[in-house]
Amino acid sequence: MTLPPLDTAHMLAGGLVLVSFMMLYQDRLSALINLLALHALVLSLAVAWQAWIQDAPELIITAVTALGFKAIAIPVALQRMIKRLGIHREIESVVGISATMLAGIGLVALALVVMLRTTASATPLAREDIALALSVILLGMLIMVTRRNAVSQVAGFMSLENGLVLAATGAQGMPLVVEISVAFSILIAFIVIGIFLFRIRERFDTVEVQALDQFRGERR
Amino acid sequence: MIAALLALIASLLVLGLAAIAARRSPLATKLVYGGALALTLALLALAAVMLASLGQGAREAALPLGLPWLGAHFRLDALAAFFLVVIDLAAAAASLYAIGYGAHEPEPQRVLPFFPVFLAAMNLVVLAADAYSFLFAWELMSLASWALVLAQHREAENVAAGTLYLLMASFGTLALLLGFGFLAGAGGDYSFAAMAARRPAPWVGALVLALALLGAGSKAGLVPLHVWLPRAHPAAPSHVSALMSGAMTKVAVYAFIRIVFQLAGPPAWWWGLVVLALGGVSVVLGVLQALMETDIKRLLAYSTIENIGLIFASLGLALAFRADAMGAAAALAMTAALFHAFNHMLFKSTLFFGAGAVLTATGARELDRLGGLIHRMRSLAVPMLGACLAIAALPPFNGFASEWLTFQAILLSPDLPQWGLKLAVPATGTLLALGAALAAACFVRFYGLAFLGRPRSPAASAAVETDRASLAAIWGLAALCLLAGLFPGAVIDAIAPAVQASVAARMPLQTGLPWLTIIPVAASRSSYNGILIFLFITASALTVAAAVHRFASRAARRYRAWDCGFGDVGIGAQYSAASFAQPIRRAFGTAIFRASDVVEMPPPGSTAPARIRHSRIDPVWDGLYAPLVGFVWRLADRLNFLQFLSIRRFMSFVFLALVFLLLVLAVWH
Repeated sequence: MTLPPLDTAHMLAGGLVLVSFMMLYQDRLSALINLLALHALVLSLAVAWQAWIQDAPELIITAVTALGFKAIAIPVALQRMIKRLGIHREIESVVGISATMLAGIGLVALALVVMLRTTASATPLAREDIALALSVILLGMLIMVTRRNAVSQVAGFMSLENGLVLAATGAQGMPLVVEISVAFSILIAFIVIGIFLFRIRERFDTVEVQALDQFRGERR
Repeated sequence: MIAALLALIASLLVLGLAAIAARRSPLATKLVYGGALALTLALLALAAVMLASLGQGAREAALPLGLPWLGAHFRLDALAAFFLVVIDLAAAAASLYAIGYGAHEPEPQRVLPFFPVFLAAMNLVVLAADAYSFLFAWELMSLASWALVLAQHREAENVAAGTLYLLMASFGTLALLLGFGFLAGAGGDYSFAAMAARRPAPWVGALVLALALLGAGSKAGLVPLHVWLPRAHPAAPSHVSALMSGAMTKVAVYAFIRIVFQLAGPPAWWWGLVVLALGGVSVVLGVLQALMETDIKRLLAYSTIENIGLIFASLGLALAFRADAMGAAAALAMTAALFHAFNHMLFKSTLFFGAGAVLTATGARELDRLGGLIHRMRSLAVPMLGACLAIAALPPFNGFASEWLTFQAILLSPDLPQWGLKLAVPATGTLLALGAALAAACFVRFYGLAFLGRPRSPAASAAVETDRASLAAIWGLAALCLLAGLFPGAVIDAIAPAVQASVAARMPLQTGLPWLTIIPVAASRSSYNGILIFLFITASALTVAAAVHRFASRAARRYRAWDCGFGDVGIGAQYSAASFAQPIRRAFGTAIFRASDVVEMPPPGSTAPARIRHSRIDPVWDGLYAPLVGFVWRLADRLNFLQFLSIRRFMSFVFLALVFLLLVLAVWH
């Protein structure tokens, strides 16, 4: 396999993967949300870079949306939410940092192997980009399944969605309509999840999803 | 032409919608069935014209519906035109019958919207020329008929039948879906033209045969996939039962012919063997169960299994002959199959219509509660006798002509090169002969118990004639049974283009022969003349009847003083449904059905009555389905815990599944 040419786009996408790894081991809730903001910031930079090299001005809108909503509005809202819930200092017990990190490295390797093998005919730039985007998506899922707290699961979900946007912009030509509809559905998912968080909190005095299972009379 | 057909089918669908709008109107029944009658008659006329004029050509149409890259393709060739004639003749008769019969329907709004949709779907299946439209129409047909089976849903038995039917129908569609997938291959062009142009590998062809047998066989009622049929067909209203038995099973036969004869590539010699064996087993099991059944509609449904077995046996013969490049013989076997499909539609529809008329007149479906209807329902008894003779394969009716053709094809088997076929074909022939004899016994029992003798219940003795529309449909189809039996040559020539379209050969022209004789192979071998047989049978029967009347009925007989001229007065002393079947049950039932009769004698001094109890098992259900059901239950019990996992576990499962698939992809490439 010859090494594909590296580029600023790769640096930004790789940065996104790096921030995902940081989110993976971060066990403080407010720090996790800060990292989520950083994640969205790197994403908006990556998208803006794509807009420049692809000469696609509509991607600027995507970048600005990402910056406005995902890097500022949602993290601020989440910070306020955990303050209101009184869990902003909470430390979460994650499965085991070394094991999770190893799993994350494995996932990135898997994403690279799969994508570089299956997209042999695509342009090298897009191949690398999509491989990194798939890594971000898989890491987002890993965050979701290793966390017990609903807020950090939301953070994982958001980072997963960032990976989707990265893949779409890197592949040259996701229609803006699709992009906007994805953004809106994410926003609505965020609102719904937020409402649910408060409802769960009202009922069970905690946002640990474990409490839901105990309520159902299940043991883990 | 095909545009007109599609427009008529679309009108049927619209009629279904209109039926929903007009469901409260008292005129809805007559309007919907009248509309369905007019539309299906138009479809029938168009299809008949096309069958006569199309030859080996075809009309095609494509509509921008369905999958965007495929569209909806429709194609009308001679084979499709023949099956359109079969379907629409049955549909027109059922609509005419239902104009009268529908008045007795307790909840017509449960039947009216689905009836035209069911008709339209059956027509669409036959016209479809790509896998997507085919399966769409096929599922529409299944779902519409399922809704019709559940029309009287307040009986728990009907709900169980509907569920079983839905399960089997989904399973059959799944098999067809896989079959089409194999036929389309990796290229994924799902139009029939592309599939036929692609020569599949032999193992793919064999797999497609198996899947077609599962998919079409489960809809047609081929043993061992028949278990739903005797439950679901009788559960529907009688005109729908007639359509399901008479027309829908023919749609399944069509699907089998289309897939196996035209799309699956050149057949191997053993294909015919498999189909023959399944057909032979279906004939014997179907007719034996019909013979032991006491419910008239269920009896007719079991007899459908027998006739489907006969059709599939002929198709198996056609496959065997075609694999060995014996064109004329293959054409003979295929003619027999198509002719019998046409005939079965005629007489099974008549019989189901008659059963429905009996049901509304007496409220009884049990043979033991009927009897003597030949006096109370005179104008029904005559066409029913004709249909019984036809289904029992007695000359001069049509059932004899088609079964005779099947046996002529079986007699050609010594020319086959493979020893497996040389031995198996005559063996299947004996099964078919046994089935024919048992079918005669079965319909003697059916007619004798329902129409002859004395009424076995007050309801039967209070029966009145049925309405004119129903009678018109019954008489019309029964007359066609006789006509097709008298002029088999005309029918054979009419279906010759369809035979040519499916096996690329045809039987010699029959209409030019003197005295309307048919000669399927060569004059030195065999010939049959419906008219001569008819004249002979009529003359001899009239002579015998006159002699019986002269020397027996009119002669003075002496009985005991207070017996009112009868020898014995007890109604229960007549043959009952169980007693008529007892010799057969003893001979075959003990081995196959583990039938047993237990006599319970009360101890001396007790006033309890003595009882005789019959019991039998369904070997297919107990041997195949019961273990399967048990396995599914055990598996469901084991997997039950999956329903109660935490949200995180569920997410982990999704995540692990994704990672697993990616790993597969990584290793695969």
